[in-house]
Formats: sequence, structure tokens, C-alpha cells
Amino acid sequence: MSVVERRGAIYSGTRIPSPIPTVLQADPNEVPVEDLMRINFGPNHPSTHGVLRLIVDLNGEQVVGISAVIGYLHTGFEKSMESKTWWKAITYAPRIDYLSFQSNELVFVLATEKLLELEIPRKATWMRTCLAELNRIHSHLVWLGTGALELGAISLFWYAFRERDLVLDLFEMVTGYRMHTRYFQVGGLAEDIPPGFYAEAWKFVERMPKAVDEYEAVLTDNTIWRERTEGIGLLSADDAVALGQSGPMLRASGIDWDLRRNEPYLAYDQIDFEVPVYPGGDVFARYKVHMDEMRESTRIVAQCLERLEGMQGEPWIADDRKVVLPPREELHTSMESLIHHFKIVTEGFRVPEGEVYQAIESPRGESGCYLVSDGGPRPWRVKFRAPSFAALEATATCMRGAAVADMIAIAASLDPVMGDVDR
Amino acid sequence: MAFEGVPGLVETRLEHGETTLVVEAARLVDACVHLRDEEGFNFLADLTPTDYLGWGRHGVAGYIGTAGGRDLNQPGSQGYAKRPDPKPKRFSVNYHLLELSATPRRVRVQVWVDDGEPVPSVITVWPTADWHEREAWDMMGIPIEGHPNLRRILMDDDWEGHPLRKDYPIGGEPVRFSEER
Repeated sequence: MSVVERRGAIYSGTRIPSPIPTVLQADPNEVPVEDLMRINFGPNHPSTHGVLRLIVDLNGEQVVGISAVIGYLHTGFEKSMESKTWWKAITYAPRIDYLSFQSNELVFVLATEKLLELEIPRKATWMRTCLAELNRIHSHLVWLGTGALELGAISLFWYAFRERDLVLDLFEMVTGYRMHTRYFQVGGLAEDIPPGFYAEAWKFVERMPKAVDEYEAVLTDNTIWRERTEGIGLLSADDAVALGQSGPMLRASGIDWDLRRNEPYLAYDQIDFEVPVYPGGDVFARYKVHMDEMRESTRIVAQCLERLEGMQGEPWIADDRKVVLPPREELHTSMESLIHHFKIVTEGFRVPEGEVYQAIESPRGESGCYLVSDGGPRPWRVKFRAPSFAALEATATCMRGAAVADMIAIAASLDPVMGDVDR
Repeated sequence: MAFEGVPGLVETRLEHGETTLVVEAARLVDACVHLRDEEGFNFLADLTPTDYLGWGRHGVAGYIGTAGGRDLNQPGSQGYAKRPDPKPKRFSVNYHLLELSATPRRVRVQVWVDDGEPVPSVITVWPTADWHEREAWDMMGIPIEGHPNLRRILMDDDWEGHPLRKDYPIGGEPVRFSEER
């Protein structure tokens, strides 16, 4: 049997299968059907990042046919959110993509505020930016740790999860929860930033760049790592756009695109940061993008902390009594506040009729939220544009002709979170 | 307006800073090809249908709503401040396009269909539509015409019904492997 020629340089033009863009079908003229072996990966397989199922046609070691099957983690979030009031629905959003929980929460809250045309205080904007970037670091660390683990670099898993724990400690300090924080409220933040947060966050900001250097020392010049990632899982720039790829996938295919810079939201237009772009289009390029983004996110967090420290004592939530819960202490003295509190808790607030689409740059790419309101207290339609869902559409293109062992590296590099894919 | 040349354009709306182009379902592919090639919308960010069954049927809240108005027995179901505008048909299918360039723009293309009316597939325009269209069929039952692989994607292949439709109740799904023996 011939050795699979698996390493290559980024191609131009298209390798998207036809007629079905997401299913690679084995060509019976090239390989006789009796030589093929059909293998089922997953849905319960340790290297599939959850419940991804791949049906693969193998010619020896080489992938000649592949289709991805999803839906094993479908939980009906969108349907459930339609039956809850607007502010109760926020609780569902972080659970969709369980690694970038705050991004989901953020996009839902931002979309709701767009419908309400609500101004939020600057302290809330900066804190949201700060937490969104900490969340990006958290998500990339899990990506790095599990991705390296699947290629045998077990030690890196422990290094990455060491720093991840520090991020989770910060979340716990601010919100009371380590994951699924539900800290963003329509109008601002649920609570003020606790005392002591800045000191702990600064410690983290000082530590993180050194930690990224450590990860790079383990991997970047490691021969095995380079052999297993360079020239693997190729995706050209044209194909990446055609397949709706976003975030690190696009930037690793040489497209200079980041919603934080190209369509600024929150406080990103006032922040100095670089967008890492690598032209390789392979797993190694995606790895480099993730590493650089962690460094940039740390810089952004530092800038947010500097600004936030000058805003102590400022309001953290908008003063709109029709939407925002009144301060707790007023409930004992003000009848008006008690009524507002009761109305918002029992009925929920109303959101004007309309439809909006809000997109943000989540750790995985363009995370979008499409909302329709009929003017009542509950959303009429909630739809999340899941970046992982789009990323998995590229499996057939990226894994075309790959060796079976490289499928694992490629699947990891697409960074799918199955909760996000299946919603 | 910038989008006058779009084939089959019925209406242009500007709300919350977002442009919505309503086009005829029959000329959807022409409109999409025009938007991609002439206007530069090279990226399909999202494709999603919405079911408007029962839209605006809740009563109106407050003192003006009496008959069919506020239902005190159902907390959380209080009526609208005003009745929402009626919709032309039961389903809207929304295509969120993005111009991925140094000067990004977004636009929403919208088509309206009734139950069972087909919508042409835009896979040939943006390959990423593949799974999004399968999801639209699976969740809402929008028949996508010309899709090469229109199967369920999130639910099981033999599932009955389309869960995101408004007449599909929460808790109404069949419980599997529960029949009495």
C-alpha cells in the first residue's frame, strides 16, 4: 500500500465537494468500492470533542469519503427560550456554547438592548469587554489543552488547565459561578464589580503572557507537533468564505477579519489590539492564531482594568425602571419600586416589536443572535448563529485525502463545541 | 436606494440600523446571485426561518383590552401594549448576508411563504447554506427546492413534526421507548 501523501501547502481555488458541499463521496472510478472500508467514529469517542459522529470511507489509511452527523446534543434551547420571559431567557444562553458562555450571554443581551434601544453605562460596557476577553482566554485554553492531549501532548493539558482555573476563579469572584455566569443583565451588569477583583485580575494579566510562552516552548518548535500539524487540514481563503467559516478559521486561512475591529461593538473601538493572521490554512496556522489571540486578549484585559479602576462608584446598570430591576434597598421604602420589581419578576418587561440580528466575535468566530419580538414579554423567535455549526461544515473539505490519524488533529483544530453545534 | 437593482425586490425596510430586503420566493436565487456578484455580499452568516402562526392573537393589555384582552389566569401571558403589524404569510425565511471586506455591510434578505410552499436552495450561491437549509427543513418544515441532500439534521431521521413551529407544543414530543409491553 502506498504511503499517504498528506502534507501540503495551501491551495488556491476550491476543494469543496460537489454536489453536496458537506459530504465527500468516494469516487468509484478511482477506488473500487470493495477496497473501501466504512468506519463509524463516534458519537461517543474520546477524540471527537463531545458527540460528533463521522462516517468515514477509508482506502487504507486515507480518507476518501466523509460525512459528519450531528444532533446528538440537540436540547431545543431556542424553543425553550421562546417560552420564557426576556430576562429569564438570558439564563439559557450561556449553556449553549459551554466554553464561551459569556459570549452567548453577551450576544443575546446586546440583541435585546438593540431592540429596546437602551443605552448602557460605560462601566458595564468595559466590564463586559473585560469578561468577554477573559472568556476568550478560557475557551482557547480548553481548545489548546484538549487539542494537544488528542495528539499525545498530555503535559500541556495540565498546563492549560492550570491557567484556565485562574480564569474560572476570577469568574467565581465576580459572578458567584465558575461557568454559565449569567452576569450580563439587559441594561448592564447584574451586580457591581466586587472589591478585590482588580488586584486578582492584575495578577492574572501579569502571569498569562509567561504562561503562553511556556505553552509555545512545549509545542511550537516540537518536531512531533510540527509534523502532526503542518500542512494538515488545508482550507483555502476562498473555501473558508464560501463555507461560512469565521473567527480563527478565517484568520488561519489568511483573511484579515475580526468583528471586534471591523464592526466594533462594546468598547473595542477604544482599545489597542492586533488581529493575528496566518496564511498557512493548516492546523498549525490555527494553533498560532489561538496562541497570539491569548496574548492579545491579555493586553485587552489590561486596558479594560486600567479604565475600570477609574470608574469606581459609577453605576453598573442603566436606570430604566421599566426594564431594570430597582435597587434592592428601595423596595423597603418606595411603593413604585416594589410595583416595578413585582411586574418585572412576574410578567417580565416588554420589548418593542421588531427583528434584529446582532453579531459578535466569540472565541469561535461570528456568534450571531437573531431575535423577533411581537411586543410582548417573551421573545417570539430566538436563533443563534453558531460558529461551531459552520465550522463543522468544513470537515469534508479539510479532511479530504487526510490520513485517519490526522482526522483527529483536524477535528480538534475546527474547535467545535457540540452544545453550540446542536443547540 | 442602493438595492434597487435586486431582482424580485418587493420592499426595503430600515429598522434598528439594519436593512431588510423582502424578495419574491421564486426569484430568490437571482436576487442572491445579484447581491453576491454586484453588491459584494460574499458571506452568508445565517439562514433562519420564523413561524408567525398566531402572531398578534394575544389581547391588548391595560384598560383598552377587554374582550380577549388580559387573561388573569395565565401569569406572563398579558397582552401587548399595541397590536403588532400583521405579517403577509405564515413563515419568513431570513438570509443574513455580510460583505466581508474592509468596508463591511450587512443586509437581511427575507422571503415569505405559507406552509408547504417551497423556497429555492441557495447552495449554489453560498455552499455554507447546506446545513442551514437542512436545519430550516428539520426545525420548521420549510421545503427547500433543489437541495441535494435535504434530510433532517438535528432531529432523528424518522422524527415526526417540526419542533420550532408554533403549533408544536413544548412537552408534546413523543417519549421514546416508553410504550407499555
